Amino acid sequence: MAKIHVNTTINGAPTEFLCDANQTLLDVLRDSLGLTGSKEGCGSGDCGACSVMVDGRLVCSCLVLAVETQGAKIDTIEGMAGGDTLHPLQKKFIELAALQCGICTPGFLVASKALLEKNPNPTETEVRYWLAGNLCRCTGYDKIVTAVLEAAAEMREGAR
Amino acid sequence: MSSQGKYKWIGTRPDRPDGADKVTGRARFGADFSLPGQLVGKVLRSPHPHALIKSIDTSKARALPGVKAVITAEDFPEQANLIVPAGEMQVNLRDVTRNIMAREKALFEGHPVAAVAATSEAVAKQALALIKVDYKVLPHVIDVADAMKPNAPVLHDHLLTEGANPPATKPSNIAKRIEFAKGDAKAAFAKAEVVIEKSYTTQPVHQGYIEPHAALASATEDGQVQLWTTTQGHFQVRGFCSRLLDIETSQIRVTATEIGGGFGGKTVVYLEPLAIKLSQKAGKPVKMTMTREEVFRATGPAPGADMTVKLGATRDGRIVAASIRIDMQAGAFPGSPVGPAAMCSFACYDLDNVHIVGFDVVSNRPKVAAYRAPGAPISAWAVESTMDLLAQKLDMDPVDLRLKNAAKKGTKTAYGVTFGEIGMVQTLEAVKNSAHYRSAVKPGHGRGVSAGFWFNVGADSSAAAHVGEDGSVTVISGNPDIGGSRASLALMAAEELGIDYDKVRCIIADTASIGFNFVTGGSRVTFATGLAVVNSVRDMIREMKVRAAKIWGVDPDAVTWENGMAKPAGSNVGEFEPLTIAQIAAQAGKTGGPINGHAQLNVTGAGPGFGVHLVDLKVDSDTGQVTITRYTAAQDVGTAIHPSYVEGQLQGGAVQGIGWALNEEYIYSAGGKLQNPGFLDYRMPVASDLPMIETILVEVPNPTHPYGVRGVGEVPIVPPTAAIGNAIARATGVRMTDLPMSPPRLSEALDTAPARMAAE
Amino acid sequence: MSDIQYHAPKTIKEAVKLLAASKGKGRILAGGTDLLVQMKSGAAAPGIIIDVKKIPEMIGVSEKKGAFTIGAATPAAALGEHKKLRKAWPGVVEAVNLIGSTQVQGRASAGGNLCNASPAADSVPALVSAGCVVNIAGPKGKRSVPVEKFNAGPGKTTLKPGEIVVSLTLPARPKKASDAYLRLIPRTEMDIAVVGVGVSLTMKGDTVADARVGLGAVAPTVLLVEKAAKALVGSKLDEAALDAAAAACSAACKPIDDKRGTIKYRTKIAGVLLKRAALIARDRVNGIEHRGHR
Repeated sequence: MAKIHVNTTINGAPTEFLCDANQTLLDVLRDSLGLTGSKEGCGSGDCGACSVMVDGRLVCSCLVLAVETQGAKIDTIEGMAGGDTLHPLQKKFIELAALQCGICTPGFLVASKALLEKNPNPTETEVRYWLAGNLCRCTGYDKIVTAVLEAAAEMREGAR
Repeated sequence: MSSQGKYKWIGTRPDRPDGADKVTGRARFGADFSLPGQLVGKVLRSPHPHALIKSIDTSKARALPGVKAVITAEDFPEQANLIVPAGEMQVNLRDVTRNIMAREKALFEGHPVAAVAATSEAVAKQALALIKVDYKVLPHVIDVADAMKPNAPVLHDHLLTEGANPPATKPSNIAKRIEFAKGDAKAAFAKAEVVIEKSYTTQPVHQGYIEPHAALASATEDGQVQLWTTTQGHFQVRGFCSRLLDIETSQIRVTATEIGGGFGGKTVVYLEPLAIKLSQKAGKPVKMTMTREEVFRATGPAPGADMTVKLGATRDGRIVAASIRIDMQAGAFPGSPVGPAAMCSFACYDLDNVHIVGFDVVSNRPKVAAYRAPGAPISAWAVESTMDLLAQKLDMDPVDLRLKNAAKKGTKTAYGVTFGEIGMVQTLEAVKNSAHYRSAVKPGHGRGVSAGFWFNVGADSSAAAHVGEDGSVTVISGNPDIGGSRASLALMAAEELGIDYDKVRCIIADTASIGFNFVTGGSRVTFATGLAVVNSVRDMIREMKVRAAKIWGVDPDAVTWENGMAKPAGSNVGEFEPLTIAQIAAQAGKTGGPINGHAQLNVTGAGPGFGVHLVDLKVDSDTGQVTITRYTAAQDVGTAIHPSYVEGQLQGGAVQGIGWALNEEYIYSAGGKLQNPGFLDYRMPVASDLPMIETILVEVPNPTHPYGVRGVGEVPIVPPTAAIGNAIARATGVRMTDLPMSPPRLSEALDTAPARMAAE
Repeated sequence: MSDIQYHAPKTIKEAVKLLAASKGKGRILAGGTDLLVQMKSGAAAPGIIIDVKKIPEMIGVSEKKGAFTIGAATPAAALGEHKKLRKAWPGVVEAVNLIGSTQVQGRASAGGNLCNASPAADSVPALVSAGCVVNIAGPKGKRSVPVEKFNAGPGKTTLKPGEIVVSLTLPARPKKASDAYLRLIPRTEMDIAVVGVGVSLTMKGDTVADARVGLGAVAPTVLLVEKAAKALVGSKLDEAALDAAAAACSAACKPIDDKRGTIKYRTKIAGVLLKRAALIARDRVNGIEHRGHR
């Protein structure tokens, strides 16, 4: 079968690509579109390193077929910073050392942003359960959770 | 004691230089590199845990359109029986070449037997399916105890137990016997007032780095090779590939990409030699990545072990004798970390009579690789659990028992080293005085304490520093940054120079652009590479003082360096305005040319580290589930150069230990096949499993380093398993001896406890 | 280039036609959280992928006279956001919301979870205890079947060639009724259930007027444990009644030893979870919600 032509919107920009029916969104982002910020840690939806937003829903891009995104709105880590200003979550992650090797960081940032959009004032437990699908092997999660809580507080402050 | 207030930059928490890249997805890890025209490389792996390879027919694969190269062991030269360092472990090159590509035998399920490079992943997969391997399946053996039995299937016909007494005459799976002794343990046990003996087991666990292995190789017609790989030691990779492929080291240029976790597991090679060879044969770049399943099936985990510990003490808690026997798994080839496991066993304590025996045992599983303090967490599980039994028997506070026997300056270990300035006592006291320890144990909870030790390493580092025309400084080193070390190196450089942290740029060079560096591992980078950076900056300062002297027309000895500026040493030298780096740099051409500094050293004097962990938990007695409610990790960290990243090491290591304690293990079928090669059933801790991990940084500076640095990264994984086992024992009255303490196991132990306690 | 075809039909009729024509090589794609994993591991190799998410009847929740009809391909996260459904069937919703991670929740569906037919599927014990009815469309027309009769064994459903699960209907509920789903996993999240129990209760005062119990991960399919329900009916959920119901659950188990649990452990836990789930369901009837995840 010939490659399928897909029109989508990625990080606000109209984007088109060609793909096979069995290629995942993660494959296409990384290999066809040069958006290597989303990572493959497991390929089976167990680590969250490939987290992106599709039509406002947090998903693992390794479990979405690229062809499904026809007409969809995709947001990846590459679109999180606003121009040359980092998002408060990104700033807090750096400030509070919420990353060591950094491989899981894009996934955590996308997932955390999705949480705060849904619930701007989460408890520590709510943060931990929301992020249970994002594996980190370096930090023990402590500073990640703190960074998310502090970014949430800052964003609530800014929204007032 | 803390270093706060002592330094201007060291001990502060600035942003790491690679921070923006890492939070935006711009940082490029192993699989993020590509070259035009690159091929996809894939590995064919043995489905059998033990089999003779009678023949491999690659003809159909080679004929498939899109396939550009196929390799087997025939493409790699035979290697001599030569031991070389691989990170903190030692490996035999003859085994390494077989580990990356099977020769006579497939020795574990997942063992590479061939590899292909093709124009797409789909074609590569098809090609693998066309390779015909004629296996003669042999009986296999997985567990240590089984592998040591006299009638066990033997993996290597030539393997005679090294160190056996009397010498071994028949091949077996026992590669080595080691022994350490101090004093006379046998006699001391006979006189001890209290003796406790118990046996323990641990299972292999994987380092669990979230980034799978990846390599991109480009071999060109002129015989040169470029390699991008995610590794903890690109010089190590260069060295291995040079030997394995018979290429001069200067012909191989290795760039370490950003690395998504290693913990010791990326100090060895798997894909790199294959990618290079495929690229040589195909005449095109070849990119190879492992799937998560391949990572589990075929890369080195930490070993499991069977152990027996015996402690003898006086009734008031003085340990008079200690012994341990460790039977440790090496995987398919010899070389488990039974040596470090043995040496670390009792290193936390000042003991006169010690006897340690260890065995290195092969079996049909992937060859083990280093995992954060290799071996130490395993013997610590056994020793620290037994310490707790002793504390219970003596009705003594477990921290006090350890204080009474703690190693201190002047303590001589069983393996022969005498400690200098160490912080075991201070760390124990910090725990004793902690808010956690002083809080009451909540109802239904148990509290556990455990200690841990790691030597830390020095070894080779090279560094360079140079000044830009505008006075900004670049520091170059050669260690992949696994946890934020660029920030620590920049802090030390800034402190040494007396300039702002933001004026120092820290980069990591490839193997062609800086001198040799040992791996990022062994908790050595902040210490040894830090020292090299400091020395290279001092070299540069010396040169800048010479330039200032020239500018002023005075003797170089008359110039001092203060707050980032050259100054006259005294008013008698002359009335000269201080010169900033920028001002000196502006005149560099006139005063002698570019201003560079460099240093290279093989560092000794790495300060050993001690950690003490405290955990409160509760056990659901119906289900065997454990909930950790409070965790404190205390450690002597020398000087915390960047405290946030030091805390991060303690927290990360503690959580790996928690996973090791509660749920992580390899599950094999009766047929020797791995059942859980993925993150679904290889259960690492997730965020909701844990509380915040409190840290206590005790600073006992290491006198051999200008800033008192002591390695910190590995110690934190050593105490957690026993801390948790001890807490479970205190909470339930049941002493677990086998890891992991997963709910079904704990539930079984709780249900059979009354019967077991009656039987004991 | 690959040989796999992808279609996104807009009607059930079209989807059924495609599936029937695929002669066994077609697979339905809802959230993809099982299908894509299986394709990657080689366990599934479809020739045609039929994406049903553009079919209106298969996405969304509707209510009619107290009965809820859930589109089979509705993402779990959407079910969690449906206030009325959550109020009426907290057990069903919490069960569906336990499948995988937050990311998986953004895609996984109750229909997909049911059709994947894992004995340990999280949604199914709660659907069984709810008395859910599965609405199917096929080449021969429509039919409905009680959910406890829908699966045939591990990975096997009773769907005939060309048939698709369109929606799941939860019956109208009497007033004083609620449900709960509990599972045992080694960690706190991200694991496949070692045992899963769904309990639905209708109360009359503090006496159980009606009960249904679904038990998962302990047999080739999810079980409707009528003996356990019987033991609860007429009781005040006292110790004796709970013990009897727990014993009935343990007796109904036909589990295996595998990498997630032993026979002995599963049998025991079936009883433990039954007791806990029953009490949670009863408390929910009385407006008491248990906070805390363990």
